[in-house]
Amino acid sequence: MSELLKFHFDVDGTDFTSAGQASVQVKKNLRQLGIPPEIIRRVSIAMYEGEINMVIHAGGGEADVIVTETAIEIRLHDHGPGIKNIDQAMQEGFSTATDTIRTLGFGAGMGLPNMKRYSDDIEIHSELGVGTDIIMRVNLT
Amino acid sequence: MKISKIKELLDAQVICCEENTNEDVFSACGSDMMSDVLAYVKDQAVLLTGLVNSQVVRTAEMMDMRCIVFVRSKMPTAEMIELAREAGIVIMATKKRMYEACGKLYSNGLVGNKVRDV
Repeated sequence: MSELLKFHFDVDGTDFTSAGQASVQVKKNLRQLGIPPEIIRRVSIAMYEGEINMVIHAGGGEADVIVTETAIEIRLHDHGPGIKNIDQAMQEGFSTATDTIRTLGFGAGMGLPNMKRYSDDIEIHSELGVGTDIIMRVNLT
Repeated sequence: MKISKIKELLDAQVICCEENTNEDVFSACGSDMMSDVLAYVKDQAVLLTGLVNSQVVRTAEMMDMRCIVFVRSKMPTAEMIELAREAGIVIMATKKRMYEACGKLYSNGLVGNKVRDV
């Protein structure tokens, strides 16, 4: 799977208002590449949920989007607290978000399930006190 | 349903992108939880919400939604209006509450849509 294009983003963990900027940019970039709209929507929603998660749980992080001939890969990396129980976190409705986050419209326990829902493949590696790495792939073919 | 019809049914005030009110929407979603909105897939949809922050506009943009209706007389911030303008998303505000606003649209033929399975 040869890499055709790579976009890198630093996700600012201090500003909830700006969360999602990287996903908006990815959406624009993929449109310019002529990727089908349905694929773009899945990639941008999966990445947006990941970005929001990094802001509300991990104090920010980094995101890379890699476009190959067969798939679009989203790599998220943070130095947050890590996910204690990944199986539990994947259940719809389970959330460790604070009430403050809920008043902002997130923390419904849909973040990781949505990331899984919109990608063809998701890998989550997390270590408590170290951070979390997530790789999502959306197939182009 | 034309966005202009939504304006009429909800007696709403258009706040930005009035030039796009001739577009059609085919489904609707009413929620204050953005992740619930993101679980729901359909393009050319309208979002009804009582939540006011920039993430409402970003969520709509990610979902390729065409219109956001703020219920209960909520008004978007200048920053939100700017984000919506960039994305060409029509924003309107109605005095109606969420339940009544959704009911009006539903009973006039604008139905909801299925949540995509995990």
